[in-house]
Formats: sequence, structure tokens, C-alpha cells
Amino acid sequence: MDQTAIQMKTEQQKMNGSQAVVHSLIAENVDLIFGYPGGAIMPVYDALYDVEDQLKHILTRHEQGATHAAQGYARATGKVGVCLATSGPGATNLITGIADAQIDSTPLVCITGQVASPLLGTDAFQETDIIGISMPVTKWNYQVTRAEEIPFALAKAFFIAKSGRPGPVLIDITKDAQFEMLDFNYKPFKGMRSYVPTPKLDLSKVKEAASLINSAKKPFVLFGQGVLLAEAEKEFKSFIEKAGLPAAWTIMGLSALDSDHYLNVGMLGMHGNYAPNKLTNECDVLIAVGMRFDDRVTGDLKRYAKQAKVIHLEIDPAEIDKNVKTEVAVIGNAKESLKELTKLITENKHTEWLEKFRTLEKEEFTEVINKELNPTSELMSMGEVLNKINQFSDQKNIIVTDVGQHQMIACRYAKFKHSRSSITSGGLGTMGFCLPAAIGAKMGKPDRQVIGIIGDGGFQMTIQELGTIFQFKTAVKIVVLNNEFLGMVRQWQELFFDKRYAATTMVNPDFQTIVKGYGIKTNKVEKRACLDDAIKDMLAYEGSYFLEVLVGKENNVFPMITTGASVSDIRLK
Amino acid sequence: MEKQRFTISIFTENVVGILHRVSIIFSRRKINVQSIAASESEIKGIYRYTVVIIETKDQVKKVVGQLEKQVEVVKAVFHTDEEVVHQEIALYKVKTGVLASGGSAEKIVRAHNARVLSVETNFTVLEKTGHKEETQQLFDDLEPFGILEFVRSGRVAITKPMRTLSSIVEELEQLIKN
Repeated sequence: MDQTAIQMKTEQQKMNGSQAVVHSLIAENVDLIFGYPGGAIMPVYDALYDVEDQLKHILTRHEQGATHAAQGYARATGKVGVCLATSGPGATNLITGIADAQIDSTPLVCITGQVASPLLGTDAFQETDIIGISMPVTKWNYQVTRAEEIPFALAKAFFIAKSGRPGPVLIDITKDAQFEMLDFNYKPFKGMRSYVPTPKLDLSKVKEAASLINSAKKPFVLFGQGVLLAEAEKEFKSFIEKAGLPAAWTIMGLSALDSDHYLNVGMLGMHGNYAPNKLTNECDVLIAVGMRFDDRVTGDLKRYAKQAKVIHLEIDPAEIDKNVKTEVAVIGNAKESLKELTKLITENKHTEWLEKFRTLEKEEFTEVINKELNPTSELMSMGEVLNKINQFSDQKNIIVTDVGQHQMIACRYAKFKHSRSSITSGGLGTMGFCLPAAIGAKMGKPDRQVIGIIGDGGFQMTIQELGTIFQFKTAVKIVVLNNEFLGMVRQWQELFFDKRYAATTMVNPDFQTIVKGYGIKTNKVEKRACLDDAIKDMLAYEGSYFLEVLVGKENNVFPMITTGASVSDIRLK
Repeated sequence: MEKQRFTISIFTENVVGILHRVSIIFSRRKINVQSIAASESEIKGIYRYTVVIIETKDQVKKVVGQLEKQVEVVKAVFHTDEEVVHQEIALYKVKTGVLASGGSAEKIVRAHNARVLSVETNFTVLEKTGHKEETQQLFDDLEPFGILEFVRSGRVAITKPMRTLSSIVEELEQLIKN
């Protein structure tokens, strides 16, 4: 369709509901969507056929793959990820990805087909109450039963998905609404009285926060994805640099600050670094920026930073005092809050306090890091593989991870020089996330090196997406760290269930044969001597590449805060 | 922290499914809703839900935060019993014969200031408004005579603090314009 034709469509023009769906997407500047066709969404697919050159559709091999790919796309680009599915099973298959996007604040618009409106509630073929089902895991959802509602519903969906604290939105469209004619006239959504995406910054709170920071002897900053979502990386850096504030990240905040920045003191939480966990219980002012004090970060709340005055910079008022009581809550967009706060804080270095972090870092290096990166065992360690990727790349990769031991190791050891470069399933912990998310990330950022790090368990949860890579020639790099175990569960069984390895042993197929079937270049490393070349080869390869590395079967991830323990009880072994 | 009774007032847009979204917030935390009442508020198009729960103040604060976070919830507030003027309505169906005999049943009705809504040959419907304790007392007093049917509404409550809904809505509408 030529440009004038599109022009005409965006002005008032008669078209059917399905055409209105695709033209609404185009009007929202969407150029890529992920999905899977089926009966109740067929009219929309038919409309897509006419606009293929403007709106590319990626056929994943399962609807769950479509949501994770859309998440990967959204997280890598900062844009809204879009997926399309049919009614019934197509719609229910989206739920895991939607729940993942909800807990990790990822902007998604999911469009599902629905049975024709006269059939609603009759248990029709492939009918499911997806509005009811998705309600607890969507920021907003809406069922369209008339074609004329489509442009408005989609405009509202995009507005809600990406504004404020982002999240997934689901629009369910009955089949008759897809066929019905309407006068198409797309207007971006401007806002609604019941929804304040970004609360107005209260400068008196900023002042209070600044005075606490200025009088602090041992201030400590925790940052999360809020910094990335607000695109406040620069403001964040100026903030911590001005007052010499050591800063530690949640895994959702990873890559917002360069790994080698002198104030980056590492990862928080259960498998995070030693110093930031220990010193959480020693700081005098704790400044949380765009994070939500998840239980994996805090450990036992009754023994969490009780000595500290807490400042919370957060866009979502419902997060204030949810887990940790705050002294000063600064509600607003992190970019604006940080800019104002930086103006009011005094320059400082906190040299002695920073030195404390360095000392504990050294301890962790000797006890844990050095052993992980330079193991003496026959089989390789996961950390070793990540370290080689750091060593042989420019560290500007997008690292996508699945869930489990390899995820913790990748987050701990991968180095970043670029924002929005770590994509992982943080809140929901969805195994199977990585492969499709890596596909979406690569499609969103084709010029970046995208490396998916996956365990042998998670790989097999969405292994069918190799078909998507094959069909669309997606040049992702897939590294499977194979220990023939569901490693994290096994680690817990070893530590807390007397080594009773119930259902954690994996008898795996030959991944090489499978991947070859999809026409993807493969390699398998069984010996340390081959690792360097294999990683160099993978990084240099133009197309998609699958690298399997056999790693120690019963290696554990340390440090570790065991369940119910305090952050300061973090174990090095 | 001790649990106590709270009245939560939730103001929402008039849309299908909002009751589900509201109720999920409670059920997700396994909070049993004591009573719920819904109707249009003083502003056309804005609905008011009055929900009564027994919870700790900490928990009710979090619940209200989550309620207000919902896209189509305009405002959510919570109050203790002392901070609201509240009322419930109860209807009682009893045999007409019980009242017609001119005995103690009639005295009970008078003492409780209950209203007679309808008299049929076989049954009479009485109405009593009041706090739950009051409507329950009438129930208990009538029970020996036989109650054919009984129903009580959820609590409706007006809050004593003076901020009006219209001023809140005005402020929110101003935000969109800016």
C-alpha cells in the first residue's frame, strides 16, 4: 500500500474492524509484532496480509514464545511489545508471558481474538474468559465487541502500557467486531481522570531526602529497573558521583550503570555480592531508586536495614511502605526526581565508607569469585564461560538469561557498558523465557550482539522457538550451560533437603542433533582447552549460533542468603 | 498490630469488570470481605463501592494503595468506624398472623422502630435500618416467632472528613489538561 493510501486510512475512512486493528498499530509506530494465528483472530491476520511491508509479523512456535519475544523486544528497545493470538488456548498460552511482564513492569499490548459476541458465555468452541483470566496479571484489559471501539481501545491500551509504571495490557476482540465496518479515525489517547501515570514531584520531599543524604556518614544507594524505565541513567550517574554514593543493583536494574564504574558495588540479594548485602545492615541512609524491595533482595525484613533511614524514589505510590518502611518517599519519575535531588546534595567522597566495600569485595574475590572464574575442576564452571564472553567481546552485548543458576552467574559476572543490555525474568522467574526473549531482543536491536545464556532445563521449555530463529534467520547467539540437572533446585536439595535429588536429574537428548535440524550452526565444548576458540568463533559468526558447554554438574552458586536469613548473614560457602 | 474493622470507599469509573478487579485485590491476600455495597456516587458516571473488612491498619493501607493503582479506580480511601456515618438496611419476612395476634411481636416491632413495608394475607415484610448490631437485635427478638426470610444489605457509609469527591475529580481532570 502506498503512502497516500495510508494517509487516507488515518483520516476518516470506512474499513472493517480487522483493518482498524492493523492501522491502529501502524499509527502507534509499531513495525513488528509476534503472534500465532487461529480461528478467532483470522480476520486480523487477513488484514495483516495487506500491510506486510509496514507491519512485520513474526510467527513464533507457541503463544508463550510470542509474549516473551515481545518482552525481549520491549526491554531492548524501550518500545511497547505487541503480540497477537487467537481465542481459547491461544489466549491462555499468553498468560505466563503477561504475568512475567506484569511483575517486571514491561510494556506489552496483547491482542486476542474472541468468539463472536452472540456466543459469549455459551462455552463456544475455543471460548475462554480471557478478560477474567488475565485480570490479575494485566495493568488493564478490555473486551471489544463493536468495531467502532477498536481505535480508541488500542490507543488507550498503548497509552496505559507505556506510561507511568509500564505493564501489559490485553485487548480481546470478538470475531464479529473484526468483520464489522467502522469509520476509522485514529487519535492518540491523552489521558483519563482515574489514572495518574506520573504523580507530580513534591519538592519538599526532595529537600528532606537531600538533607538526609547530606548528613549521612554511610549512605548507600540501591537501584532497580526504574532507572532504565525512566531513561535516567545519566541523571543517576551524576547523582551518585556528586555525593560519592556506593550503588548496588537489583537484577532488574542491571546495566543501568556500567559494570566497572567505581561506585558500582555490585548485585543485591540472595546470590548477589557480599559487600552490598553485608553493608545494607550497616549503612545509615539507604536510598532506593526505582526498586521495590523484593523478598529476594531483602531476605528477612525484620532484620533488614533496621539501623538505616530509608529514602524511596519510586513512581508507583503503592510500593511505598509495602515491604520496607520509608523515612522519606519521593514519588515521581526517577529522571525528574534524581535531577532535582542532585541539585540539592553536597559533594562528597565517602572514601572510608567506600573502602569498607572494597575490603569485603576482596574477601568475596578470594572465597568465591576467583574460584568460579579460575576453577581447578575438570569440568568448566558457568562463571568461566561468562568471563570468556567478557574477555573476547567489547562488553556491549545484550545478555538475555533464563532462570536458575546460570541466570545468577550471568548477572553476577557479565560485564556491561551499555544500558538496557541485561534481559532476564526477574520477578516471575519464568524458565523458558530466554530463547524467545533473545529472539525479540535481536529483532528489536539487530545491530547489537545478543547472547542468550540458558540452562539445559529452561532451554527445553521453549526449545520450539528454534523454529522461529530458523524461519526468520535471527542472528542470536545461544549458549546452553549444560549440567544435566535442574541446577538451582538441585543446589537447594543439596543444602536444605539432604541431597535428596527428587526430579532434578535431566536425561537430555543430543542438543547438537536437534539444533542442526533447524539449520543453526552448532558447537559443543567438553574440554576447557576448546573454550576460548569456541567463544571467539561464536562471537565472530554472522548468523545464529548455538554453543553448548558442559559445566560442573553439582556446582553451587555462592554467595547465598538462605531463606529466612538476614542480608548480613550472607554465606560465602 | 491488631485487626480492626475498616470501611473502604472505592470510587471507580462505570465500566464492566471493575468489580472483578476490585475483588481480586482482596481475594489475592485472602481477605474475607464482610460486606460490599455499590451504587452511583454524587457524580454521574462515578461509582462508589463500600467494602468492610477486618484487618490490620498496615494491611488495609497496602490494599487501598493497590486499589487506587487500578487504572479505572478514581480514588480509594479507608476509615475506621469512628470516622464514618454508616448504615445498613434489613428486611424481615414474618407470618402476618404473628403480628395480627396483638401480642409481644407487635411490641418488638414498635420498640425497634421497624417499618411495615407490605402486609399480605400470609406474610408481612418489615424493614429496619441501623447498624448491624441493631438489625441483628431485631432478628434475634423476632426469631422465636419464626422468620420466613431475612436479608441485610452491605454497609453504606458517608465519611466525616470533609474533602469532597468533586474536588478530587476536579483536581484529577485538571491534571489531564496540563
